[in-house]
Amino acid sequence: MRRRLAEHGIDRTLLLLLPAVAFLVVIFLYPFGYGLVLSFQPERYVGVFANYEHFFADPFLRDTIAITLGLAVPAALFNVIASVPVAYRMRGAFAGKRLLIGMLVMPVTLGTVLIAKGLLTLLGARGWVNRGLLELGLVDDPVRFVNNYWGVLLTLVITGFPFAFLLTLSYLGGIDPMLERAAATLGAGPRQRFWQITFPLLLPGLAITFILTFVLAFAVFPSAVLVGEPAGETRVISIVAYRAAYEQFDASMGSAIAMIMGAVQLAVVAVVLGVRGRLYRGPSGGGKG
Amino acid sequence: MSAIPRPRVVASPLAWLAWGFVGFFLVFMLALIAAVVVNSLGTRWLDHWLPDAFTTHWYGDAWREFGLTSVMRVTIEIAAAVVALSLLIGVPASYALARRDFPGRRLVMLAFLVPLLLPPVTYGIPLATVLLRHDLGGTLTGVILANLVPSVPFVILTMTPFIEQIDPRIEAAARTLGAGTATIFVRILGPLLVPGMLAAGLLVLVRTVGMFELSFFTAGPGSQPLVVVLYYAAFAPGVRASQSIDAMAVIYMGLMLMLLVAALSFVNPTNLVARLRENP
Repeated sequence: MRRRLAEHGIDRTLLLLLPAVAFLVVIFLYPFGYGLVLSFQPERYVGVFANYEHFFADPFLRDTIAITLGLAVPAALFNVIASVPVAYRMRGAFAGKRLLIGMLVMPVTLGTVLIAKGLLTLLGARGWVNRGLLELGLVDDPVRFVNNYWGVLLTLVITGFPFAFLLTLSYLGGIDPMLERAAATLGAGPRQRFWQITFPLLLPGLAITFILTFVLAFAVFPSAVLVGEPAGETRVISIVAYRAAYEQFDASMGSAIAMIMGAVQLAVVAVVLGVRGRLYRGPSGGGKG
Repeated sequence: MSAIPRPRVVASPLAWLAWGFVGFFLVFMLALIAAVVVNSLGTRWLDHWLPDAFTTHWYGDAWREFGLTSVMRVTIEIAAAVVALSLLIGVPASYALARRDFPGRRLVMLAFLVPLLLPPVTYGIPLATVLLRHDLGGTLTGVILANLVPSVPFVILTMTPFIEQIDPRIEAAARTLGAGTATIFVRILGPLLVPGMLAAGLLVLVRTVGMFELSFFTAGPGSQPLVVVLYYAAFAPGVRASQSIDAMAVIYMGLMLMLLVAALSFVNPTNLVARLRENP
């Protein structure tokens, strides 16, 4: 019996999985299930689905889905699209490559608060940028860059681009350069080599990059408060979830909004993965091993 | 007809766009950091290009006002516990996933991926509620447990491919020479796993110090790490001088920068998801 199980890869080694699985069940699945059940036991409304009904009936709450998607989708798209040409230029070896990568990745150390304070100081009504624009006579009144949609979108680019760039660069590194050389031997120009060889091989990786950047952007919370307009334009779903749970002390409604947030996020991930499944997935190395 | 592509003298518009974006991004970042650093070093900054005069006293003020000695201690305690526990739980699991192909392996891998694909708010709020019901709300233990949710899967997802690269024949050879499982783990696998564990541990450290949402939902007075203290200070402007908040933000950046430089010296960032094949 033991031998037959071992043939299927089941033996005592699997006991090593036990702590991690137990941990996942106790700290992740159980609270998640608890939250799900709690969301069907409304504290302030009557009826099993009352929290969800209330969320979708009240435009103040319902619109947060569109607001959050309106920030996260353009930010993730921009970060992925911008990182492709940058990473493509940097795929070979050149002097100072490590330093340049380090500088591009550096914004992940800044933290939301420093980015927010920096944007407010730099782009605020009396900031350096507006001061320069006014003195050059390009504008008559200070331009409003922050405390609105654009301030938050800018933050999402600053925090998301380094991440998308790193991932794209490492996916590009996984594509055998010999494939492009082979194409060149057969007479393909640089444009053809990129669009017909590299890009199709990179596309599945870009889908994953988009998903991970989107996950980061969709969770936007502190910057939507600090550089956004949390009561209006940038009233993202995290804010209303937080307010329900911590300011109105309605853990049931907070959990319901958290569940809606998770569902929307997973729906977007599923759509992108569905599209990815139709793309070419195969070896990106050369013919010879 | 030459088959080898000649290097182009004139860069294409796309190349200009790419380098232009990189240049703009770097200049903008520099200006952004400069704005905060200048403000944190200035006395009074109203309607001018630069503050009236420069001083360093805001750093001392911030350190005292926000009680950063104890905040730093809390931050380090949380981060150290999360790194140690996530490695302790994650590495053995990665070993089992890398070495055994059992039915349901893909399902287990998928289950470990889910916490990384969900926004922290989604499981953070229910988890905070559960912790509260078990008298762990606002405690250091609660913050550590919450931060382990994305960290353990992160360790598993980075360590599994790492262990797959280690030749299983090394273990088999040790076993034929009479080594038991425990000896193999301590004497054979341990030393081979150190680089991978160091890399995964440092990345978990950077993520944990920077993780706002989970700590924010679960921390209470006395268990708030630096990110959370910083957010509360920035969220309630006017209570403290803007310069001392900026000073604290610069301290945070310094801490993260140190951790990132340490992490990058162990991890080649371009090899995160795929092996780079050098030009033959």
